[in-house]
Amino acid sequence: MLDCTPKELTKRTGGVINPAKTCQPIGAMYAALGIHSCMPHSHGSQGCCAYHRSHLTRHFREPVMATTSSFTEGASVFGGGGNLKTAIKNVFSIYDPEVMAVHTTCLSETIGDDITTIIKGAEVPEGKLVIHANTPSYQGSHITGFSNMVKGMVSYLAQAATEEKKEQVNIIPGFVNPGDMREIKRLAGKLGVRFIMFPDTSGVLDSPMTGKFHMFPAGGAKVDDIRDSGNSKLTVALGHYASSDAAHLLERKCMVPPITLKTPIGIKATDDFLMTLRSKFVQEIPYELEEERGQLVDVITDNHHHFFGKKVSLFGDPDILTGLTELLLSLGMQPVHVLTGTPSGTLGGPQGIFEKEIKEMLAAAGLEGRVKAAGDLFELHQWIKNEPVDLLMGNTYGKYIARAEDLPFVRVGFPILDRGVHSYMPIVGYRGAMRLVEMISSALLDRQDRDAADEDFELVM
Amino acid sequence: MAINEKMLEEILNKYPAKVKRNRKKHILIRDSAQGNQEIEANTRTIPGIVTNRGCAFAGCKGVVLGPLKDMVHIVHGPVGCAYYSWLTRRNKARTDDPKKNFLTYCVSTDMQESDIVFGGEKKLSRMIDEVVEILKPNAITISATCPVGLIGDDIQSVAKAARAKHGLNITAYSCEGYKGVSQSAGHHIANNGLMENIIGEGDREDPPGKYTINILGEYNIGGDSWEVERVLKEIGYDIQVVMTGNGSYEKLKNAHVAQLNLVQCHRSINYIADMLQTKYGTPWLKVNFIGIRATIESLRNMALYFGDESLINRTEEVIARELAEIEPQLEPFKKVCSGKTAFCFVGGSRGHHYQGLYEELGITTVLAGYEFAHRDDYEGRDVLGRIKSDADSKNIPDLHVTPDEGRYRLKIPVERMEELQKKIPLNNYDGMINEMVDGSVVVDDLNHYETDEFIRLLKPDIFSSGIKDKYIPQKMGIPTKQLHNYDYSGPYAGFRGAVNFARDVSMGFCTPTWNYIVPPWKDSPLLEGSIEQCSDDTCVEEV
Repeated sequence: MLDCTPKELTKRTGGVINPAKTCQPIGAMYAALGIHSCMPHSHGSQGCCAYHRSHLTRHFREPVMATTSSFTEGASVFGGGGNLKTAIKNVFSIYDPEVMAVHTTCLSETIGDDITTIIKGAEVPEGKLVIHANTPSYQGSHITGFSNMVKGMVSYLAQAATEEKKEQVNIIPGFVNPGDMREIKRLAGKLGVRFIMFPDTSGVLDSPMTGKFHMFPAGGAKVDDIRDSGNSKLTVALGHYASSDAAHLLERKCMVPPITLKTPIGIKATDDFLMTLRSKFVQEIPYELEEERGQLVDVITDNHHHFFGKKVSLFGDPDILTGLTELLLSLGMQPVHVLTGTPSGTLGGPQGIFEKEIKEMLAAAGLEGRVKAAGDLFELHQWIKNEPVDLLMGNTYGKYIARAEDLPFVRVGFPILDRGVHSYMPIVGYRGAMRLVEMISSALLDRQDRDAADEDFELVM
Repeated sequence: MAINEKMLEEILNKYPAKVKRNRKKHILIRDSAQGNQEIEANTRTIPGIVTNRGCAFAGCKGVVLGPLKDMVHIVHGPVGCAYYSWLTRRNKARTDDPKKNFLTYCVSTDMQESDIVFGGEKKLSRMIDEVVEILKPNAITISATCPVGLIGDDIQSVAKAARAKHGLNITAYSCEGYKGVSQSAGHHIANNGLMENIIGEGDREDPPGKYTINILGEYNIGGDSWEVERVLKEIGYDIQVVMTGNGSYEKLKNAHVAQLNLVQCHRSINYIADMLQTKYGTPWLKVNFIGIRATIESLRNMALYFGDESLINRTEEVIARELAEIEPQLEPFKKVCSGKTAFCFVGGSRGHHYQGLYEELGITTVLAGYEFAHRDDYEGRDVLGRIKSDADSKNIPDLHVTPDEGRYRLKIPVERMEELQKKIPLNNYDGMINEMVDGSVVVDDLNHYETDEFIRLLKPDIFSSGIKDKYIPQKMGIPTKQLHNYDYSGPYAGFRGAVNFARDVSMGFCTPTWNYIVPPWKDSPLLEGSIEQCSDDTCVEEV
């Protein structure tokens, strides 16, 4: 397995081998699915749409509906305006969504299609909406694409209509599973704070089996609610990379102050999320959540001998990694390799927040580690060969490294293609942290059991 | 329930007029009394339609090139295209030398904005150098993604220069996603490239065995090829190369030595099959190793081609032995499947091939179609001369080969060839429609809306297609079977594959989950109790 990967690290400049990121449009498609009754539309070749639908479907095991401009060579030369106008007409007459959310591709960006103008010239039925985001695949990653589509929601939909801001909070959850979005909503709901979450893929990509197929399931953020987000008194952006740009745009457009927090993975980030809502809305944290927190601290204490001091290599999307690193440190573990494929500071964003934040956390714990943005799994594998670890955490692509190096492996992040159920089960909040602790413990103990001599094979551990 | 023209019209009426006119030509109800029924295929999908189709890149790198295991397939473009075509197709491969299997490596030039603006040729050259130095493959392919052609990167020249620099077979494929109308364009581009640059590069002059064949259009999904090869080897065939499942550069470069080419997936590889005939005089035989009867027929046709009595006898022995092994295993599954109906909508050959296997299990295919096939795959190759080429197909160049002076050999005498062609599909394919029963529906490039409507009308017991539409019928309570990747199972080809397929399909019918869709409270009243009979006339009548 991966036998051609040498231990010796060499500088490579030709691109990536075994990427730890994918392209913008899939993130935009995922975000668009988090609007109720929305048809994501890929303005590019058919293959983009087919690949994104396939990959999202494999991760969620749910129908992923989306349309495409079906570019041909002619459209690529003469512009895709005609294709997009035809698509808009057909989508509303055949599928009848409330909104169509167009994202671009490297093709339509390279030829310079002006989407705003094309949409203005298109036949959009009365009461229906077409929004768009520019998502060139040659910048950033799928996380950037998610962020850009959320920005598109703000720029097209959010409106400041009231004089006074309402006692409500906007929550931008970031590129997380519907199960996580449900959990974040549950936490906010327990505090009794009125909130607007967008995008919200819960009820869309975790829809129940009822014997009927609904092209546009019951879930998703309602357009009216996204409009009303301009009247909220606060936006909580969960994750620098996936959420904060849209929150800042909402501030510029509607004067809603933003606050960016870590994706609430682990005790501290969840505490921060709840404390922010508590102070901004003067709401007591209910005992039920205090109890959950106490249970989490209890299980970590009870089982710390399972994971304390173990070295971990982890990869994935930057916002998730920041939360995970903090969680691992709170368990007394040593996240010595942290790598994301997403570049750290493209699109005018702050340079190097990812590396800086992780390195500071490691330093505070008295650790040194390899931290990299815009890296690839080929390099991560080489790090592991040079500095062995006890556990690997990341998306499904990590299983090949885990096998090659005979490492216990915990699947977390996007995409997970070889296991089911995960997208329903949160990793955020205290409950999510408890689940992660169980997964980490089990992976390490299963390995200990597998390797134990008969006389060391223990009943109680 | 069968569909009539009126019902078809009603389905189409929902479409805007232009879409209706277009889609009408892609759908037909089989009626053998009409003789050859024409269907439109390999034309553009209308923008805004939820189609299952992909692009030329997917057909070239994803389908045809990707499975070649001892090569590194560099994708020149932004990261996505390489990422999505990395290990997702289940084309299995194994090598004796673990350092010569690169299927777990995904190599992308990861073009950034500056590469789009200033060109990506230098970055591509650096990537080739790094791949040669670090991974050391036997050969390299470079596949283009959409922006490459648009910004004018000359990947052919980069490949040529790298070939000279490294002394390695390095070839480029201009398979930008916007070319053609589907994956099909990419198959053609890959076929041309392999034929022009790899096949015939080897120095072998003679076949390694008495009955040497190539298998074309077999991608070893879920190990299909291994199951077919097991049987072929038992009969006595030598397999030079499989194109391209578990295939390799090392084997492919000597593909010219085979005495017969088998064609499993006609759509994706018929170009190479034809060119091998022209260049080396090697005929091709259309085979189908999906389904027991089709497998048997294919084996018998092969034996007939070689015409050797011992081979014919050996073929019958192996068939008898295989049948004896699998028939008892199939029995319980046939009981589960018998009397059911299926939709069978797959890429370019399986929409046809699986119908026979379904039939053997007692399942009738009531609707079938291809995602990206051409008219000849539906109507048979007789139609080839009558297909009008359009702007999209003209954009994919035909490669014109001529007989190879040193290596062209008539494999069988002309008269015998003519004689055989009357009996077996040598250099010929009759297509899907001819084998379908009257009243069944054929749909080209089936889309979501039509899927919904046809399910409503025909109520199939199983829906077989791909990942993008798998969970739609399933939400309706209809079992689904992915026939692109076999739902992570397989092999489904050959004799033992048929048993696996029967087992998996039966599992779909039998999973107890279907009984739990309706919660008990939906069928029972909230209040329980009984209404007392009135005993006196003061009681007000209950409603």
